[in-house]
Amino acid sequence: MTVNATQFDALLSAIESDGEVAHDGLRAGIDNDADGSDYYIETPDEHREGLSESELRDAAASASAHVTNWYYWERVIDAGDEAREEFLHWVERADEHPVAERYDALDDGVERTWGELSIRTTIDEDGLRRYTVTHVDDAHADPSTLDVHRDPLDARELFKTDDDGRYRPLRTAPTLPTGWAFPDLDGHDLVRMVDFTYPATVQNWQREREGRLDVTHWRETAERQTGIYDVLDELDADAVDWIAEACCDDSQCLRRREWEFDEDHELAADGGTGTFPCREPCSLVVAAARKWTTLEDETERTYQLDLTLSELRQIEEIIDAVAEGRTDEIREADVYDGANRYRARYLRAKRFDEEGQFDVTEVDHHDGHDDHED
Amino acid sequence: MQALVIVAHGSHLNPDSSTPTFDHADTIRETGAFDEVREAFWKEEPHFREVLRTVESDEVYVVPLFISEGYFTEQVIPRELRLDGWDVSEWDSEDGVSATHASLEAGDVEKTIHYCGPVGTHDAMSDVIAERAESVTAGRDVDLSEDFGLAVVGHGTERNENSAKAIYYHADRIRERGRFDEVQAVFMDEDPEVDDVTEFFETEDIVVVPLFIADGFHTQEDIPEDMGLTDDYRTGYDIPAEVDGHRIWYSGAVGTEALMADVVLERAVDAGAEVGDAVERVRKATRADRADSSAAGD
Repeated sequence: MTVNATQFDALLSAIESDGEVAHDGLRAGIDNDADGSDYYIETPDEHREGLSESELRDAAASASAHVTNWYYWERVIDAGDEAREEFLHWVERADEHPVAERYDALDDGVERTWGELSIRTTIDEDGLRRYTVTHVDDAHADPSTLDVHRDPLDARELFKTDDDGRYRPLRTAPTLPTGWAFPDLDGHDLVRMVDFTYPATVQNWQREREGRLDVTHWRETAERQTGIYDVLDELDADAVDWIAEACCDDSQCLRRREWEFDEDHELAADGGTGTFPCREPCSLVVAAARKWTTLEDETERTYQLDLTLSELRQIEEIIDAVAEGRTDEIREADVYDGANRYRARYLRAKRFDEEGQFDVTEVDHHDGHDDHED
Repeated sequence: MQALVIVAHGSHLNPDSSTPTFDHADTIRETGAFDEVREAFWKEEPHFREVLRTVESDEVYVVPLFISEGYFTEQVIPRELRLDGWDVSEWDSEDGVSATHASLEAGDVEKTIHYCGPVGTHDAMSDVIAERAESVTAGRDVDLSEDFGLAVVGHGTERNENSAKAIYYHADRIRERGRFDEVQAVFMDEDPEVDDVTEFFETEDIVVVPLFIADGFHTQEDIPEDMGLTDDYRTGYDIPAEVDGHRIWYSGAVGTEALMADVVLERAVDAGAEVGDAVERVRKATRADRADSSAAGD
């Protein structure tokens, strides 16, 4: 690790204009009591003072990790965007390790997981960080087997579909395709790449860390809706719980649900374990909830149909297989699985009527009630 | 710093719905006129609700990639962006096609938001429609100035009268220029209907340009079938196709036209964005694109 001329000049100029710089265990400045320019520099390991400019240069070289670290965070990653800076700190575990330890770790590469992204941070001889992003499943893959992308904007199209080519309307669904790599990004491009992959997650995560995540609960979101979504506020808390269980589970979305039914009513469904928070019901949930609102408007009735116990269990297995997205995994000849296609076709052949429905009779509750009263 | 945010509908079902938005954003991004350019959607991410926190700039120009003033541009987008104090009268558009912009603060970020009228009602949109018509016939040894009709197709809806106004507005403007022998506005969901498009024209050749943002079910399936270009969109159709003694030159959604980036940029400039010579550069770039694409069709 060396302190290059640009970095030293930047340090000197910061000292000249501010009197002192202090960052991450580094302090360097001018001793105001001294005649002429007597500089000092301090790291956790060393304190030197009364230095001429050339002595400061030598001292900075021996404190190269701290000086290049200062340069990276103060001059390369501009502090204009706090979310970006905080995220990049988190990526290299800056809060957990002092500079010397961190530089040792960065020499080997520090890995972090963000949703399904694996972010590996390394450092070059000037102390500049470089970031490589892959799918977590490809984190240790042979790089030559991965499609290389350089432009963060590529994430928009690349992640539109999953490995089976199916459209991913929810960017935080755990179906990120594999087989690609964004090697050697700088800090700004890393954050852009993450933003195009999982939009707004860095900003909301940072707001949460600072205790200012603006959570909008279900009721407020529902009441805000207009047009065809105006009906959403008719759903009760039980139904919203089922929605959360159906849609907001870790198996469906990598965000951690922070919204509840309302401020006073927490949902029973688990919010998940994602790194980044979900601060409001998303557009997919809102769209699906509109359908559930109309379905929940229907009155429950009692139907009678003839099924064997195994057929009843089979219907449960079919629902479960669809709900878990397991249908593709059921082997062609595995007739022991109730959701096997032949089993389902057999059930349909046996129990459906000419209209393709179960042959059911509605049990008339009203008459039964009257009979009872008479 | 200034940012441009292009807001569009997007889709949970159709992956191509966001493509024009990305394309136009990329064209403008390449000019460097804005420090940041970001896309946002009603049905995709980033959602309108969160996009403003993803940009760093203090001045944000929001341009709706929508056709008309109406439900989305007047209610949904300002509400979801949390534009404090928004009222449709801020746009001062009594005729439903004259919205320019309004500057407001957003509720969840400390930024000034310049909320622009939709691209669909901008005057420059007339040029895009006409250019689109030319690109469909380019290199086909025909002369648009001779005996050609232009049908501008809108969705139309009885729920919002402004929906049709944008279509009539551009049809009238293009008609006044005399570039086409006849110009007619037609609709999917109201009269005059696109199904009967050939009845409205004396000219044998009719260029049909749907004033839609993205290609999707309507422009790729409904409209070609409604006009009788094909019985089944999956089997495709010719351009031009013979229908009732007319030749129909169907263009697909005008929103996919590269020149649309120009209209987006014009909206932001009208709202006060400082973009240097980006307008000229975008025009040059998008016209070059068009020349390339029509050459490729030869």
